[in-house]
Amino acid sequence: MKHMNALTNLLEKKRQNLLSVYFTAGYPHKDSTTEIISSLQDAGVDFLEAGFPFSDPLADGPVIQQTSQQAITNGMTLDCLLLQIEKARAGITIPIVLMGYLNPVMQTGMENFCRKANKAGISGVIIPDLPPDQYEARYLDLFKSYDLHMIFLVTPETSEQRIRNIDRLGSGFIYAVSSSSTTGRQDSFSDRQKQYLRRLQKMNLRNPVITGFGIHSRNTLRTAWENSSGAIIGSAYLKALMREGSGQKAITQLFGQLGLAGPV
Amino acid sequence: MNYSVNKKGFYGEFGGAWIPEMLHSNIEQLACNYIDIMESEDFKQELDSMLKEYVGRPTPLSYAARLSEHTGARVFLKREDLCHTGSHKLNNVAGQILLAKRMDKRHIIAETGAGQHGVATATVCALMGLPCTIFMGRKDIARQQPNVMRMKMLGARVIPVSSGTCTLKDATNEAIRHWINNPSDTHYLIGSTIGPHPYPDIVARLQSVISLEIKEQLVQKEERDFPDHVIACVGGGSNAAGSFYHFLDDRRVKLTGAEAAGEGTGTGRTAASLLTGSPGIIHGCRTMLMQDDHGQIKGAHSISAGLDYPGIGPLHAHLHKSGRATYTAVTDSEALQAAMLLTRLEGIIPALESAHAVAALKKIKLLPHEIAVVTLSGRGDKDMDAYMEAIDGAGVEETKKIDQ
Ligand SMILES: Cc1ncc(COP(=O)(O)O)c(C=O)c1O
Repeated sequence: MKHMNALTNLLEKKRQNLLSVYFTAGYPHKDSTTEIISSLQDAGVDFLEAGFPFSDPLADGPVIQQTSQQAITNGMTLDCLLLQIEKARAGITIPIVLMGYLNPVMQTGMENFCRKANKAGISGVIIPDLPPDQYEARYLDLFKSYDLHMIFLVTPETSEQRIRNIDRLGSGFIYAVSSSSTTGRQDSFSDRQKQYLRRLQKMNLRNPVITGFGIHSRNTLRTAWENSSGAIIGSAYLKALMREGSGQKAITQLFGQLGLAGPV
Repeated sequence: MNYSVNKKGFYGEFGGAWIPEMLHSNIEQLACNYIDIMESEDFKQELDSMLKEYVGRPTPLSYAARLSEHTGARVFLKREDLCHTGSHKLNNVAGQILLAKRMDKRHIIAETGAGQHGVATATVCALMGLPCTIFMGRKDIARQQPNVMRMKMLGARVIPVSSGTCTLKDATNEAIRHWINNPSDTHYLIGSTIGPHPYPDIVARLQSVISLEIKEQLVQKEERDFPDHVIACVGGGSNAAGSFYHFLDDRRVKLTGAEAAGEGTGTGRTAASLLTGSPGIIHGCRTMLMQDDHGQIKGAHSISAGLDYPGIGPLHAHLHKSGRATYTAVTDSEALQAAMLLTRLEGIIPALESAHAVAALKKIKLLPHEIAVVTLSGRGDKDMDAYMEAIDGAGVEETKKIDQ
């Protein structure tokens, strides 16, 4: 059965070696969004996370702080991003998930946000500072009615009971944060981190688990792929974008760094 | 109306714990344990003795004769400026250190604006032999140098924060990020009634000693256990929360919070979050904050580094909305005038933050027989540069009037 939701379609077909890239919308320029989306789509990335910037990104390291600050200075807003995606819709086949903090969403209003996201063909939303219990109490029905996945994070510290609850409430996939850290910290993955990902795999969760935070190299990518359904790359891509200035060059450079020859 | 926090961490519609999953286990651990620990006999005893022997409590409730005459009511000053380290901040730090100890946390981190909370934290960490890291915005480091030097002498690592607006808001972000990256053995010792639940409640409880003493002292001095007015300045809201705490359910007591208007509430250069802000989420807490139409948090402005915060504690957002307390905005120059007035009438140089509370005396209706308690949250040593600049510059009318 064919769904309207592109992420649902993707995850029905493919449940391993998934590759996702996060970018901060409005960086380096306000109108970079379309070029970045099409270059990532052409490169064969499986799905995208479009970050809408926030002035106080609590869970983010220096790279996403900087790109967010620049994006705000460039005039990027949540509404503007949704309009850009809606306008470019005809050329977009890749699933897009929106990622950002709750405050900008609250100012638009959750219902208004869901309606616009649905209209722009967005598949899901990640809001790190929206806790699962608040989501369940206030917004779950809304997200269901607009066919939007709500994707929650889990960390090595998240208890089994809490993971099961998150698996029940969330949909699309579960975002496994590789370690308890802010974004963009780049080390190799320890045995403890691998064990944590394996533990998640063995839990027989409803949703696939995709790993993010700190993936920047051949090794970290392989670890994520071997121990979960996929990998999400944020800061490493944005660093390439800072150096290269265009989405097309940035993804080529990132693929080199990850040991991926061309389209995956 | 109920003014205490509910089980889920809310004061009415404000508060809660809007935090990323990376903080969940730390916050959950605190939330599950703080009441049991803080209500245990051995915690209470250890805290009481520390407040008495180290902080220097009880602090006096002094009748201010000349200020009373000037004001036209009976004004008492609650002298938190006489606490060790020079402000009420030590009340909270003493309690949270004992909490951290009981939760086996060996590293202490904190944010600071004016540096008073940083100094208080560094002080107690020196006393306890605990390593301590203080996050402070670059702008605040420049304007509160004496406190930076004190923290360094006390052995704290002071980390300059250059993100965002380089003030308290950004220092708080950076402290939270550090906690995310170092979760297991670190206690984040937050300095005001802000942040995710249970912090606003922890800090309010620890500062509530201020109103407890006011009650007892009024019985001794005036044979009544309540004033007509309590007035305190509000940054994040901890000294005000502590000053209001035991009077929240006593409608005879009118409560007034003085927000920093900066250059004026209509100028855009202000820190009056309640009077100019709207509901939103800052540092894991749903409260009133200053933001643009797109939900980006605005930089605050106040001459006083300790009030320079675009949000406010959720308790105050609730007291404001429910009408239980009144909040008034005091401009930079009104605060400077009030500081001069208090200095010349009472021989007390207040912190710039506390000068906002003194200035608020002029903004509320007072009857001659009424008792107004003003909380002097801190002393002014750290603000001498700002005071000298004001005196040397345009001059301060209040001093001129008094000198004539
Ligand atoms: C002396 C003094 N008073 C007041 C404040 C404001 O904090 P709060 O509103 O939490 O009392 C500060 C903060 O640094 C301070 O140093």
